[in-house]
Amino acid sequence: MLTQQEVTEINSELAHYEQKRGGCIEALKTVQRHRGWVSDESLADLADFLEMTTDELDSVATFYNLIFRKPVGRHVILVCDSVSCWAMGFGEVLGHLEERLGIKLGQTTADGRFTLLPNVCLGACDRAPALMIDGDLHGDLDEQKVDKILAGYE
Amino acid sequence: MATIYIDGRSYEVKDGQNLLQACLSLGFNLPYFCWHPVLGSVGACRQCAVKYFKNEKDTRGEIVMACMTPADDGVRISIDDPEAVTFRASVIEWLMLNHPHDCPVCDEGGECHLQDMTVMTGHAYRENRFRKRTYPNQDLGPFLNHEMNRCIQCYRCVRYYHDYAGGGDLNVFASRDHVYFGRSREGTLQSGFSGNLVEICPTGVFTDKSLGRHYTRKWDLQTAPSVCVHCGLGCNTIPGSRYGELRRVRNRYNHDVNGYFLCDRGRYGYEFVNSVRRIRAPLARTSNSSRQVFISSEEALAHAAALFSNRRKVIGIGSPRASLESNFALLTLVGPDNFYAGISDKDFEILNLARKVLRSGAARTPSLSQTREADAVFVLGEDVGNTGPVLALNLRQLARRKAAKFMAGVKIPPWNDAPIQRMAEFEKGTLYIAAPCATGLDAAASRSFHADPRDLARLGFAVASLLDPANAPKPADLTEIEHELAGEIAQALSSAARPLIVSGAGCGSPSVIEAAANIAAALKEIGRPAEITLALPEANSLGLAMLGAAGGIETASSLLRSGRADTVVVIENDLFRRCALETAIGFFDAAKYVVVIDHLVNPTTSKADLVLPAASFAESSGSLVNNEGRAQRFFQVLAPEAPVQESWRWIRHIMEAAGCPEAGQWNRLDDLVAALAAAHPVFGALASAAPDADFRPAGGKIPRQPLRYSGRTAIRAQIDVHEQPPPDDPDSPFAFSMEGDPRQPPPALIPRFWAPGWNSVQALNRFQQEIGGGLRGGEVGVRLIDPSPQAKAEYFQDIPARRPSEEGKWSLIALHHLFGSEELSALSPGVAGLCPKPYVALHPEDAAALGVVEGGMAKVAVDGATYSLNVRIVPSLPRGVAGLPVGLPGAPALDLPALGEVSKEGLDE
Amino acid sequence: MDRPLTENIRPGEGPPGIAEYERAGGYRALRKVLGDADPQGLIRTVTDSHLRGRGGAGFPTGRKWSFVPRGEQAAHPVYLIINADEMEPGTFKDRLLLEENPHLLIEGIVIGGYALQADIAYIFLRQEYTLAGERCSRAVAEAYDRGYLGRNILGSGFSLELYLHSSAGRYICGEETALLNALEGRRAIPRAKPPFPPVTGLWGKPTIVNNVETICNVPQIAEHGADRFRALSRSVDGGTKLYGVSGRVKKPGLWELPMGASIREILEEHAGGMRDGFTLRAIIPGGASTEFLPADRLDVKMDFDSVKAAGSRLGTGTMIVLDDRTCPVGMILNLMRFFARESCGWCTPCREGLPWLARTLEAIENGEGRPEDMEILRRHAGLLAPGHTFCALAPGAVEPLQSGLTIFEEDFIRHIREKRCPWRK
Ligand SMILES: Cc1cc2nc3c(=O)[nH]c(=O)nc-3n(C[C@H](O)[C@H](O)[C@H](O)COP(=O)(O)O)c2cc1C
Ligand code: SF4
Ligand code: FES
Repeated sequence: MLTQQEVTEINSELAHYEQKRGGCIEALKTVQRHRGWVSDESLADLADFLEMTTDELDSVATFYNLIFRKPVGRHVILVCDSVSCWAMGFGEVLGHLEERLGIKLGQTTADGRFTLLPNVCLGACDRAPALMIDGDLHGDLDEQKVDKILAGYE
Repeated sequence: MATIYIDGRSYEVKDGQNLLQACLSLGFNLPYFCWHPVLGSVGACRQCAVKYFKNEKDTRGEIVMACMTPADDGVRISIDDPEAVTFRASVIEWLMLNHPHDCPVCDEGGECHLQDMTVMTGHAYRENRFRKRTYPNQDLGPFLNHEMNRCIQCYRCVRYYHDYAGGGDLNVFASRDHVYFGRSREGTLQSGFSGNLVEICPTGVFTDKSLGRHYTRKWDLQTAPSVCVHCGLGCNTIPGSRYGELRRVRNRYNHDVNGYFLCDRGRYGYEFVNSVRRIRAPLARTSNSSRQVFISSEEALAHAAALFSNRRKVIGIGSPRASLESNFALLTLVGPDNFYAGISDKDFEILNLARKVLRSGAARTPSLSQTREADAVFVLGEDVGNTGPVLALNLRQLARRKAAKFMAGVKIPPWNDAPIQRMAEFEKGTLYIAAPCATGLDAAASRSFHADPRDLARLGFAVASLLDPANAPKPADLTEIEHELAGEIAQALSSAARPLIVSGAGCGSPSVIEAAANIAAALKEIGRPAEITLALPEANSLGLAMLGAAGGIETASSLLRSGRADTVVVIENDLFRRCALETAIGFFDAAKYVVVIDHLVNPTTSKADLVLPAASFAESSGSLVNNEGRAQRFFQVLAPEAPVQESWRWIRHIMEAAGCPEAGQWNRLDDLVAALAAAHPVFGALASAAPDADFRPAGGKIPRQPLRYSGRTAIRAQIDVHEQPPPDDPDSPFAFSMEGDPRQPPPALIPRFWAPGWNSVQALNRFQQEIGGGLRGGEVGVRLIDPSPQAKAEYFQDIPARRPSEEGKWSLIALHHLFGSEELSALSPGVAGLCPKPYVALHPEDAAALGVVEGGMAKVAVDGATYSLNVRIVPSLPRGVAGLPVGLPGAPALDLPALGEVSKEGLDE
Repeated sequence: MDRPLTENIRPGEGPPGIAEYERAGGYRALRKVLGDADPQGLIRTVTDSHLRGRGGAGFPTGRKWSFVPRGEQAAHPVYLIINADEMEPGTFKDRLLLEENPHLLIEGIVIGGYALQADIAYIFLRQEYTLAGERCSRAVAEAYDRGYLGRNILGSGFSLELYLHSSAGRYICGEETALLNALEGRRAIPRAKPPFPPVTGLWGKPTIVNNVETICNVPQIAEHGADRFRALSRSVDGGTKLYGVSGRVKKPGLWELPMGASIREILEEHAGGMRDGFTLRAIIPGGASTEFLPADRLDVKMDFDSVKAAGSRLGTGTMIVLDDRTCPVGMILNLMRFFARESCGWCTPCREGLPWLARTLEAIENGEGRPEDMEILRRHAGLLAPGHTFCALAPGAVEPLQSGLTIFEEDFIRHIREKRCPWRK
């Protein structure tokens, strides 16, 4: 079941689109904002709400990499793996992250604290290498800086 | 016409096509995947690349996709250009990167478009040395296998299933080289048209699960042209058999009828032919025993002949599922006055009414394929999705056609699918549906209305009277909603270029058909080009009505009870499905001697004193008349094993044994066709439904077996190592052999679509005059009904009264199911698994008032009998109306609509 | 006035609020335009200004705008969509404008919307631009408050709604027709053309898609005219350009310079040259989907025609530097992996061809390359040409590869011959 809060937020977005389904990505993101990810159940509820079939909505949802159809940790780390960051030391940063968190790209820490995902260029090439945690951009990374940043997310 | 230049030579092509259509129509071998003649072009697979030159001087040219480029006048292209050739081979190479190369174990092998295209492009060796991607597969239910690893991502399945057929439960997931085609959760596909995926998918992702259970390669299938026997639309099919067993059914393209698609009932209903319930030898009940015992044919014929020489008074019971020829033979045997239709009196009345509306009514009935051209449709009283499925599939296209028309205004050709489809998704077609409760088509309708059949008829009469207020009768006391809706419908129909009224026998209400006829007549009267289509239940319903009969079962029964007749010959009919149980029991109690000729054991055969084993459609040839009035010939695809034979042959032998003179002239099907034409002027053109058995343009018969048929001597080698002589078939120009005339036969005799280089169903391109057009060589089947254009509108005047609100009386109405309501298909294991259990459907508030819940039990009392049924809550049902499914295995046969009582189980007594 | 896009930007202080923006002359252009009441004339001015799209393709903006049907019968609503999807690797120019000067963008949108007689505008923003999202939302709200957006703007009778759409990832969303599908709540698959978006775009209605930087140029053109805009440039294209540099330079960053500044000027004067110990080998001039230019082409002017003449594309104008201590094969592999991952999966050559290229490059980089791999790479690079694929993603993807195979041929061959990457320890 969608919460009243979710319904209100989705409805205010839907008003911006000529067709109800036009707002489906915003709707998926709304659910994800509240629940961290989009479960099968949420997807089905949302599909009903949007007058789409589950398959139609899932077809859209699975296309976009920032819609999570699997549970994620409390904090999602998006590490930029594109060319400028790669050239500026993405490899070391990633290696450090994986070691510190004990997980590989695509995984979630056992304590559910972090999910580590690769991401396309974050548009921070002048501050490469860069990563983003829960929407906060962090650039000019090195190992010490990564440690300090991680400490800020419980 | 446009002149285009292909590799330096000029060709004339029809206007408005794309280059791929043009090249294929001209007979060029140009490979493709994502394009489909019905689905149009989307330019995804990049397989149809050709070189395009701007003008005569342009020697470099550029690669374009033929399917996305209009074949405009003056266009210059090259198919043979080396760059284009290399590119096309590379596309195959890419497509094959992850393909498992499992042709030997793939059901598609040997009729695989991907194989054909691979050969066509010349790609042979792959340089890719990396690991292949693998996918999990899904269980999609009884009809389709799913093997995603063979997928080449042409997107055709989604475009067909979701966009064209309106199925909500198959789609594409993820992106890049991880796209996945299937369901979001594993499970049975919900569309009644899922089987077409087998032919839509160019490789082995979606294959026929029923074939898989008794698998045979295409080249080992013996095939012949046939007609679907599972509803009244008469879709053309190609059944395939091997070793005396029917293995599968495929679509047989008929430009005027079914085009490219079948429904799942038609595709998967065939397995009754292989059923263990088949009757393989005559059975007789000896005078003092209640058991039936096997007897020889000679004995059987002697029994039967004795009936006639004993001066018994014999009546015949025909069947809407038997061929014209078999019905006619019976009619001749017993005489026209003693021939009864084998359906209830009321159903017989409805059929006669339908025949009358189609023959003498004002509006012409369109062919099935023409129903796709309508631009405004009113469906009155019919759940077409369950009673005329492919008609429903056609009506779904209204929105697409509307979008295509709009797009034509901004110069987007009808084959440019994506913009049209996008628009169709948020445009509704001009489709109005008035039915007892929600139907599968409602989602595609601009408006739908649910009411009791009488109120539906009243709505129809109201529409007619609004169209022609001066002449058409007008119902009194319409509700405001009805009045406003009737106005909207009348407006939509009268402003359409091709309005179509769809109705039929589904409600069991003559008034509904009369109302539909009035609308068509009114449109005609005000100068609109009206068309009417009536869905009829069975493969030969209309043929039976045209043949004429003395009445229905009740009439025959009273004759028996009066003693004016004592003996009955029933062909291919289970009377227990046709009328209320009491009536059927009474019928057999009154009959002194019963002969039944049929192919499956059923309650009627068990009542018989003599049972003769009939050939099914697959083992016989004959003619059927579909709901359009089109007579179509179906041909034997496997030889029946004696003593099984056609019903008409049994009758012929009985007549011969009884010394009737006509019989001596009936040696083969053509003799009956001629006799039928002579006896009934309406069947005058029947012979032209297909060439006769003597048709030998080059001296040889047409082989049922393809040239590459194998294993000729293996099957009986343990009995005799010599090749058996092929069975004889006097009824058709087909041979049970691979030898014969190798050339392409005329359309009505095409046993399979297969052409050099084209081993898959896509070979069809090679048989069409133009892509998506008629088959080369003319029409298939012949229309027996065509009202004269001068026909004057005559209005039906009997407007039913509003549904009475009799205290305690419920209006019991018929509900139809694609899977289950039709007798024969329900015996196929795949279909059987999807048949619902018998139930009674109630409006939620009615259910609440009765104190019953979904899945609970309710009692339905009607015609003096009481039935306990599971409750199904159907919110779209009107209050006070209870829906009862028709024909489901285990469901009581009832004469619906009727008034009755519904109560909570276990309340009274 | 030689930095019209960035003069109001004060890094670290946040974007100017509406009052501050107005104080600096903001929304004056809008008032002027609405006063003149000549949308057609405005389009002519934009055409005359030689403003070319900054999204990468460089299509003349005025021409694009002129394709929208006009007149009584014309379809409505007309949509103006701002492409703020910026995901091209190496590109970070629109973010600056979105984060630091949202009112300039909004003013450009309203003026552009007026020229197009648009009814609804969207800013299509990539999800990861969260700060930009917050700042734009605030600015949009302010603009609505002041009557610069909404019904009857400044009493002119012209109305425009502006919505912010936050996307959900995938580079292909930046392709303008895929963007339309994304905005309609579909999978972001590009659309075939025809129909062209200016006639049949979002929900079948006339639609213009413009890049953020493109639209940010509109207010100054509207206010000061076409001549002034052309004069800002050192080339035939009008205006200034945001140029960026990333990689091993001393001061990676972004600068607004006259269109046509040379690579050398950008690299040496503004980015401070290579970091100590690093030597320049080549640059990718305009985002990941443009060809490498070798180090000896530093005098090429960074305008559309000059870069094209030099064998590459201006693209987004944000260059990526390849230094001598970075493996060119590894760099191309990184790019190829990116493109293979971001393929939408619609057309065969891109969906299947790019991953194969990536795997082949990976093999070479890992010392498992074979001599025939060079031929495979070349063949594919040639096959994934414009027109061969459904959209421009795959042709863009092979641009760095194709040029790299020539410029760095020796490096490729060394990888294969030595069965290892010479840059790896
Ligand atoms: C794969 C691909 C990605 C693109 N991404 C962007 C983008 O992120 N931002 C952008 O403005 N244009 C992008 N473009 C270009 C757009 O398709 C379009 O040309 C541009 O938004 C038009 O705006 P302009 O005329 O103002 O440049 C992309 C093109 C392709 C083929
Ligand atoms: S080139 Fe083809 S697969 Fe690649 S992004 Fe474009 S349309 Fe999609
Ligand atoms: S058939 Fe033309 S691109 Fe697929």
